[in-house]
This record gives sequence, structure tokens and C-alpha cells, in this order.
Amino acid sequence: MTGTIINRRSCLAGLSAAGLSLTAIRPAAAATSEITFDDLYASFGVLGLEFSDKVKTLTGQTVAMSGFMAPPLKAEAQFFVLTEIPMALCPFCSSDADWPDNIMVVYLRRRQTFTQPNQTIRVTGRLERGSWIDPDTGFVSQLRLREAGYETA
Amino acid sequence: MRRLILALAATTALTGAAFAETSIIPLDRATILVGSPFDFKVELDGVHAQDAIAISVNGKPYAEVFGKAAEYVAEEKGKEDKVLGSALILRDLALATPGTYAVEVKAGDESKAVTWEVYGTSAVPKAKNIIFFLGDGLSVSHRTAARIMSRGMHDGKANGRLAMDDLDRMAFIGTSSTHSIATDSANTMSAYMTGHKSRVNAIGVYADRTPDSQDDPKVETLAEALRRTTTKSLGIVAKSELEDATPAALASHTRNRNDKADIVEMLFDVKPDVLLGGGSAYFLKADVPGSKRKDDKDFIQIFQDAGYKLATSASELKAAAGNNTGKLLGLFHTGNMDYELDRDFLKKGTVEKFPDQPGLVDMTRTALDELSKNPEGFFLMVEGSNIDKASHPLDWDRAVMDTIEFDKAIAVALEFTRTHPDTLIVVTGDHTHGVSIVGTWDDEKDGDLRDKLGVYDDAGFPNYVDANDDGYPDQINPTRRLAMFSSNFPDYYETGYPKMDGPFEPAVKTDDGYVANEAYKDAPNAVLRVGNLPRSSDTGVHSVDDVVLQSTGPGSEAFKGYMEQSDVYKILADVFAFGTVQK
Repeated sequence: MTGTIINRRSCLAGLSAAGLSLTAIRPAAAATSEITFDDLYASFGVLGLEFSDKVKTLTGQTVAMSGFMAPPLKAEAQFFVLTEIPMALCPFCSSDADWPDNIMVVYLRRRQTFTQPNQTIRVTGRLERGSWIDPDTGFVSQLRLREAGYETA
Repeated sequence: MRRLILALAATTALTGAAFAETSIIPLDRATILVGSPFDFKVELDGVHAQDAIAISVNGKPYAEVFGKAAEYVAEEKGKEDKVLGSALILRDLALATPGTYAVEVKAGDESKAVTWEVYGTSAVPKAKNIIFFLGDGLSVSHRTAARIMSRGMHDGKANGRLAMDDLDRMAFIGTSSTHSIATDSANTMSAYMTGHKSRVNAIGVYADRTPDSQDDPKVETLAEALRRTTTKSLGIVAKSELEDATPAALASHTRNRNDKADIVEMLFDVKPDVLLGGGSAYFLKADVPGSKRKDDKDFIQIFQDAGYKLATSASELKAAAGNNTGKLLGLFHTGNMDYELDRDFLKKGTVEKFPDQPGLVDMTRTALDELSKNPEGFFLMVEGSNIDKASHPLDWDRAVMDTIEFDKAIAVALEFTRTHPDTLIVVTGDHTHGVSIVGTWDDEKDGDLRDKLGVYDDAGFPNYVDANDDGYPDQINPTRRLAMFSSNFPDYYETGYPKMDGPFEPAVKTDDGYVANEAYKDAPNAVLRVGNLPRSSDTGVHSVDDVVLQSTGPGSEAFKGYMEQSDVYKILADVFAFGTVQK
């Protein structure tokens, strides 16, 4: 039941965003900025990480990023975690595991099948910055790609 | 066996309940420190009116013996509001008189009886200080490998001894949990630090049947007993996140070790005088990039406001050590601190991001310097966290290097006891891994990987060199190396070679479970080993084998033979005379 509500909400959000930026996306597609895991943070520190200038500049814009899909929380999850290297441990499933610092959370524009984690994927979406808690799962993220889609490399 | 199954099936059919049964917490044969607060809970399988539930203790009405009545819950709810049965809960009970307590519950056709032993302690402490070394996952093979790699061997005799080789007394420790022969770092350390066994993933509580992870019946932790009965100082040092299961077990109460944000708060509640390790992500408020909290509590600030001096690097730790605030918080990584092999040698892992992390030796030395300023003494827990963290992904070189580091920290403590002989040292693991040394890998042997594995006489001796005499091999990859295997594993590529580019990640998840990580497929000599674990296992698992505990100093004579992990707490409590309030 809850799942249905969330799906609809996500779907509506996706639709409205798509509607707003329909004209923007197409011409921009050719000029989508590439961003890598090394580009995300300017510094790592015990007292916090600092977003890079590139992330600050590109926030709100459509960017593309390559990485690996971490094991999803559940098959019907609306988001997945993009990691720099394939995750050997599944922090969603294992009590011994926790996420690395430099992850990207990806909210799909529409449902896509999840890939094998050994496979590199290229995700395109609108970069969102700042702490955010997923209302469905409580998962905390700092960086997200919204209205995203991906292709296998 | 078949008859037993039939009998069970018949019972199940009669009551209509699926494997549920009446439960009394603490469980049967629980050992309870006199005067220590704990929660009492009765879980009934059926729904019963309050006046239909009779509980007696040593034949008397329970409220008379316990001094107060329990809260009655007519219907406890499980997931999706499923009715689990009635319950009675009595929080913060404490029993002032040692002895045997026979607890009986009757409600309708249900009944259950358990017996507890409430134990007293020595009236006066036997030692002023206790240093408790916990090698996470520390197994016999780690010790042997550390000795050979660090000290060398010729003509069949070790060329030197580890610090832990010279402890006076020892015991075999059973690590099993309340619901399984198998175990994890939460319930095991919790048993050492509370005297009560518990269930996998649980810390400082017995596992109850309700979904809430923080309503489970609590037991007193060592840190709480120390604060309640003494004016001694408390130190916690770990290479893992400080809110990880082992350090958490000194002070936390949760059914779920993943409640890390709450565990930070529980650690703060007991105000450890020295707290050094990783895991700052759960100290940072949610809007700070890198935070893993979901609230705006800023524990960096909260600790500082409580008088803690903060250190975030090895150099800051050195500087902070000289200060006299008496309280020290050292956070050296957002997550787990790096392996010794990466930190000091290969510079892989996350060393580039966190280049100035102190090692376990520096942290132990600083903690001892600070804590020993208290004339009343201290309890210090030092965890070699990464022995386990490397053993899970079958990264034996990293696990052994961290064992050597752990041993060097023990050497610092043994040195401390020369000037402070009133100190008990305990060295133990929380559980084991199924790891074993079978011979050597020899690059100079011709053929494929299996041809390069020397066994029996062909193994010879490895050729690690420690020219600078720092206790670590100068190179982790000489031509003849220890060959170590796990008894259990997911699919992975065996390479017979140290993982020079970063920690090993043997398997990755697919829709069908974990499969070998292709990143190692093309490594020289790589051979696919098809896993023997369930496909849901991402890495090697803990083994059920006994742990070897060693000890030296006043009180250590109590360690002998086979002991349950929960029995160890009884000895610690006796050494510090927790049965007597001393302040």
C-alpha cells in the first residue's frame, strides 16, 4: 500500500520535472557535463567533506556519471546507489558493512531493470546537492541524480 | 530425531502457534551481577488477563521479591500489528542479594521456569586497572601467521615471540549466541561486557519478540557498572567506527547494532574519558556532507561542550595528549580506519583521503598516558578491529598485518604493567574465522597456482625480511609467502598473492546472489574457486570455533579451562569489585 503511494508520488514528481525541463533537456543533451567520483568532493575530512566547485557549479543541471549499481534495497526500490567500484558488501543487507563516503544516489525517471553489479553503467540525471533523507527508506544522501535514466556501457 | 519432530508437530498443531513459546528474560542459567540494573520480561504465547498470570520467585509472589510490580501489556504487537501474546515488563530491576533465583510463570495452559544465579564479587578490587584487548575475529591462525611473518622461523623454531605469547594464563572461550551456535561481534562483545549472552546483532539487551530495536530488555554494561560503583576512568580505543559493535558494547543497548546514530549518543551518556577511533560520520549533524546522521545533533560540538579535547589526526592526537582537560575524543576517519598494511606501507584504501591516521599503538599509548592520571585506576578497551574486517573478504595479508599491530599495542600495555603491576591484562577475540595456514606460495615454483602451493616439506619457510626491525615485514610480497585459506568462502578468484592495489573484494552481488568479482579474473595465476557458502553470503563468515583468551596480572588466575563468554565478565566484575559501591 505504502509502495503504491510512493510510486505515484515519485511518478508525479518525475512528470512535473519532465514537463518543466522538456525543452531544456533536449538541446542540452549533447552538452551534458560528465562528472566522475573523483570530481565530487574537494576535500575529505573527519569533520566533513567539502563539495567540489564542479559539483557546486553543476548543481541543478543535467550531468552524466559512470559507475556501478550497488545492490538495491529491494527490487522495487525507486532509487539505487551508484558506487565507484562494485560493492563487495551489501550495506543494505549486511550488518558488517557501511557505505563509502563518495556515493551518488540515483532516482530513476521511470522504472528500469536493475543491472548486474559487475557491469559499468552511465547514468544521466539532474544533479541535486545537500543532505536529504529518503522518506520511504530513511536513507541519507548528500548527492543525488534526479529524473535519471541509465544505459549499460 | 524423527520422533522429536513428530512430537513438535503435534504440539504445534495443538496450540496452533508456530514455534512460539513462553519466554522469561533473563534466560535460563543467566548470571547476574548483584545490584546491577536489568529488565525483566515475560513473553506469553497467548493473550491472558493480568490476573490470570502467576509469577513466582523462589516460591513467593514475584513483586514481593522484586520489590515492585511489572507493567502488563495485554497484547504485544508484531509486524503488521500481528498479536504476539500478552507480556509483563519490569524495567530497572536490581537484586541486592546473591543466590539462586527460580522464576516460574503460569498463565492458562502455558508455563515456563528458569533459574538465575545472582553473584557477588570480592569486597575490594584485586587490580587497580584492567586493559582489555579485543582482537576482532582473532583466531589461532592469525597469531601463528603474525609470529612467523613478524619474527621469522628457522629450523622449526620461531625466531622470536609475540607480546601476546608471554601472557601467563589462558582459557578457551565459547562464543555462541542465545539463538544460534553462530555469532557476531555484537552479541559476543556484549557477553564480555555485560555477563549476559544475547542474540546476533544485539548489544546490551536480550532480544525480545517486538520489532522495535530499542525496547528490548536491557542489562547493565561494563561502562555503566564502572560509573555506578567506582570513580575509575574509562577508555575506548578502536580502529573501527567507534559506534561499531565492539566499542558500542561497552555502553549501548540495542537489538540492532546498525542503530549507529543512537549508539553515539549512548557512548556519550557514559562519558568515556578517552574515546579514540573512526566513525566521525555518525558524529556529524545531518546537513554536513559526509554525515550519516538523520538529525541535527552535532556530537562533535556536544562532546566539546562537555569538556572534551578533540583530535582528528595523528599530529593532533600527539598535541592533545599533553593537555590536561582529562577528556579526549579522537576521531580519525569518517568510517573505519585503514588497515595497517595500507596506512604504513601500500598507501591504498582511503589513506590518500585520510593521510594522517594514528595507528593502534599510538592510540593505546596515548590512552594509557591519559587514563593513568586517575589515581583510582581505569578500564581500557583496545580493539584490533581490522583483523576481522580483513578476514571477511579473505584478505589475509591485511588481517595478519593488523594482528601484528594489535600485538604491538599489547607490548605497550605490558611495558605499562612494569611500572603499574596492579593491572590486569586480558587478550582475547570475540569470535573466530575459519582461517588456516597450510603452507607457502612460492613464485619460483613452475606451473599454475596449485603447482606454486608448497605443502608439507615443500612449504619450507617464507622469506619475509624485516631489515629495519620494526616488527613488520619490509615487503608483504616476497617470493615465498604464507598460504592461508578460509574454510568457507563465496565464489572468488584465488590469486595466491597479496592484494597490492587495495583491500580484496572477493565477490559482488547479482540477482542470483554473490559471484566472483571479475576485477581479479585476469590477475596472474588467478583461479576461480566456486563458493561453498550460501549464495547470499557476500564474504567469509565467522566460525563457531572457540576463542583463545590469555591474561596476565592480578585476577588472571581465574581464567582457566573452558568458559562461556559471559563468564569473563564475572571475572572482570570480581577484579573491580563491582558488587560493592566504592564511591
